[in-house]
Amino acid sequence: MRRAVPRIAAFVLLILGALLGGPSPVYAVNVEKVVSPGGIEAWLVRDPTIPIISVQFAFRGGAALDPGDKLGLARMVSGLLDEGAGNLDSKTFQRKLNDYAIHLGFDATQDYFIGRLKTLKENRDTAFDMLHIAVTSPRFDAEPVERIRNQMLAILAQKSEDPDHAAALAWSRTVFPDHPYGRPIDGTPETIAKITAADLHKFAKERLARDNLLIGVVGDITPEELAPLLDSTFGELPAHAAKDTVGDATLRGSGETVVSNRDIPQSVVVFGEAGVKRDDPDYYAAYVMNYILGGGGFSSRLTEEVREKRGLAYSVYSYLNPLEHAGLVNGGVATRNSKVKESIDLIRAEWQRMHDSGATDVEMVNAKAYLTGSFALRLDTTDKIAETLVAMQMDHLGLDYLDRRNALIEAVTKEDVDRVAKRLLDVKALTFVVVGQPEGVVSTSAPAGDARPAAAAAKPAETAAPAQSMSNPGEAGSRPPANAPAPDPQSGAKPSGDTAPAPSN
Amino acid sequence: MTALRLFLVSIAALAAFALAPAQAGVFNPETFRLDNGLQVVVVENHRVPVVTSMVWYKVGAADEAPGETGLAHFLEHLMFKGTDTVKPQEFSKIIAKNGGQDNAFTTHDYTAYYENVARDRLDLVLKLEADRMQNLRLTDDVVLPEREVVREERRSRVENDPNALLSEEMAATTYLNLPYRRPVIGWDHEIVQLGTDKAYAFYHTHYAPNNAILVVAGDITAAELRPMVEKYFGPVPRRDIPPRVRPKEPPHHAEKRVTLKDARVNQPQWTRSYLAPSYHEGESKYVDALEVLEQILGGDSSSRLYRALVVDEKVAAGVDADYQPTAVDLSTFTLSASPEPGVAVERVETAMDAEIAKLLETGVSEDELARAKKQLLATATYARDSMSVAARLFGMALATGGTVDEVESWPQRISAVTVQQVNEAAAAVLNRENSTTGVLLPQPAS
Repeated sequence: MRRAVPRIAAFVLLILGALLGGPSPVYAVNVEKVVSPGGIEAWLVRDPTIPIISVQFAFRGGAALDPGDKLGLARMVSGLLDEGAGNLDSKTFQRKLNDYAIHLGFDATQDYFIGRLKTLKENRDTAFDMLHIAVTSPRFDAEPVERIRNQMLAILAQKSEDPDHAAALAWSRTVFPDHPYGRPIDGTPETIAKITAADLHKFAKERLARDNLLIGVVGDITPEELAPLLDSTFGELPAHAAKDTVGDATLRGSGETVVSNRDIPQSVVVFGEAGVKRDDPDYYAAYVMNYILGGGGFSSRLTEEVREKRGLAYSVYSYLNPLEHAGLVNGGVATRNSKVKESIDLIRAEWQRMHDSGATDVEMVNAKAYLTGSFALRLDTTDKIAETLVAMQMDHLGLDYLDRRNALIEAVTKEDVDRVAKRLLDVKALTFVVVGQPEGVVSTSAPAGDARPAAAAAKPAETAAPAQSMSNPGEAGSRPPANAPAPDPQSGAKPSGDTAPAPSN
Repeated sequence: MTALRLFLVSIAALAAFALAPAQAGVFNPETFRLDNGLQVVVVENHRVPVVTSMVWYKVGAADEAPGETGLAHFLEHLMFKGTDTVKPQEFSKIIAKNGGQDNAFTTHDYTAYYENVARDRLDLVLKLEADRMQNLRLTDDVVLPEREVVREERRSRVENDPNALLSEEMAATTYLNLPYRRPVIGWDHEIVQLGTDKAYAFYHTHYAPNNAILVVAGDITAAELRPMVEKYFGPVPRRDIPPRVRPKEPPHHAEKRVTLKDARVNQPQWTRSYLAPSYHEGESKYVDALEVLEQILGGDSSSRLYRALVVDEKVAAGVDADYQPTAVDLSTFTLSASPEPGVAVERVETAMDAEIAKLLETGVSEDELARAKKQLLATATYARDSMSVAARLFGMALATGGTVDEVESWPQRISAVTVQQVNEAAAAVLNRENSTTGVLLPQPAS
């Protein structure tokens, strides 16, 4: 019966929304703040319908804090926290996770160190205990350290084959030559080789603390059950993290075009310029504007011009990329070498058209209808809800954000969009990186460093993925995955997510 | 490191998850069938007032005529190009204007179209899907640019990626006669010959309610859904659908090897695929045991191959085992590994062969079996978290000739697997003469 209450409330809201002609409000997800006796806070959405619990958490401060000669440190810690802790060595620790079907994993973005725990309700206490020792007493034994080091090297080598990855890295290197955002999260072979067990211990001790910790919990658990688990899991962490020394970033290389030669039939193009940070008063206006320009898939101008009218690309897109220390608007396209110039010219033209003329009334109506109506689709699994709860805390959006969010979109006017387009979209400042052999496109500046060598970004230190096996009869979709168009350069901001800047790439 | 795979929260990960019926749980769906043959499955999930609607057609790339590779997938793209009443390019815009997301995908065995929408927009979605089931309108001015889009898709997915090129070569070698040897997206020289007439012919041959399954998962009941389905899909006429007769695979007598050298490669890969039964072809009695074997060999960081090749011998940075029995024809059981930096692929192959020999000689233990079952059964509970996973599992099963019960009874069948069955299945499948070994290597610059 507990479930009936929010569902009826949601139904009433939907009806009211329809009657008033307003947006369909997001259904009533009830977000509760749980504070443990020891003062540790978590945001909780109870869902007793399935006997599982999903926990996501993040510590502020990520790979951007890696020492310059030890790039890859945060990622390496993320690969090792579940490789032995307390009195359990790697083998024993992993075996216990596997035997209880507990999913525990960590990751690092430029801005955050992130963790996820998913468990069946029946194994709840064991799962939280495993998390507890992982974050408070990781071992960093020699065997797993060397194994994960080698996995990171294999992943670097594999990623270096991927032109999307190379383009994203080169773009970040070009615009952030003097800021940590320009460095590879995954490190380089040289920096990975330098990381010692002492570095790993130091990171865990300095970065995993109570004052930079954000927690989201979803599933079959009550506040009364959760509160003591928060203390037993995180209570032993130090009160304060070391000072976050990363400063705000200034974009360089504005308006440059960088070509990185690679013998492939299709060039991969990444572009971008300064955008808005998450707390910018124009954030929602920029969000609506980007949907119309290049965020809205088949409803976007870029897709219409580049793909639908001319068949130049399978994928063309733009997205807001709000990092902690820089706001960006990024985009990309992949097209045969002979058509790169035409595609770039079209993108520039659309950039200029939006800057000059803004949006139409019809585009405004359609954009808002999609952005408000689709919001609930992001909250359809426990993992997605937990991720959203953490993102809301990262961005200081407040416990009632889910209820307010659609009104924030609705409040954006055409004038707001026109103004923000003029403010942000400067075609002369757009920086392009092309990996491939584009015809008629030349570099305006030398590539910032070699685009080829093993580098970094998107994924955590997962097991190097063996080549796609054949038994899944190769799916081929009509278009790129809706939520994952972007070879996100460095941070992990989701392409078109307005609440979820960092949790995952 | 397996736990870290959790972070692969891409669509690809979802697809992989969904593509393993290993994840099925007890969804308790309701089913009904219209007079025109349309099969309907409803999976209730009332967490949020949204639904996933999927229309599955029992036709895929393996049903194409020789010389027309890519046609099923090309038609999938063209299904968004309008009908008698929906203008070209409007379909997805209408869905978006209603707060929905839509997309589609094609495999060798099926083609599926889906929308995720608020439950109060389901009526609209069903109307649009029923409309394009019978009233597709194609003209060269939308078809020909889309053909270029598909060629760009092929460049992105295949030609820019040496791993994907090797997968194509391996498929063409693994199957001597089955159309699974051809790529779903098509060979480029045949894609360029596809056009409006061929797409129409394929559409009119295969798209009909009696060759389709509608799966709706989410905040809806069968009683609520049925009147809407009858209203929109009820009037769509049946067609005579040609039987799904495909060339069958002959016995294999020689192990095969494919080596692809490419200057772009920095991380070599090793893969071996063995022909294996599906639910509907080959020695189907082994499919449940093979799913357990997949888990024992490569399911997690405590699995045999990970412990042996990655932790103990340190010849590989990563390993995987992969088996998918939901297919119309013969499937494959695939093992793969990424060599540690500096380790020759030959050493990885030697270590893998030793593990396979050990398995065939001494078999799996009761303890391994129990642990694998526990893990697999947990995935069934986790699968209930996602309505799109549920929709995919039923769609895949029914589109390949399976039943709702095939998904629902999965936990019971896995629970019943014995050590002897796993050992027999391993012996039946892991034969070199039924295998293709694929190696990806760097091509030193000349």
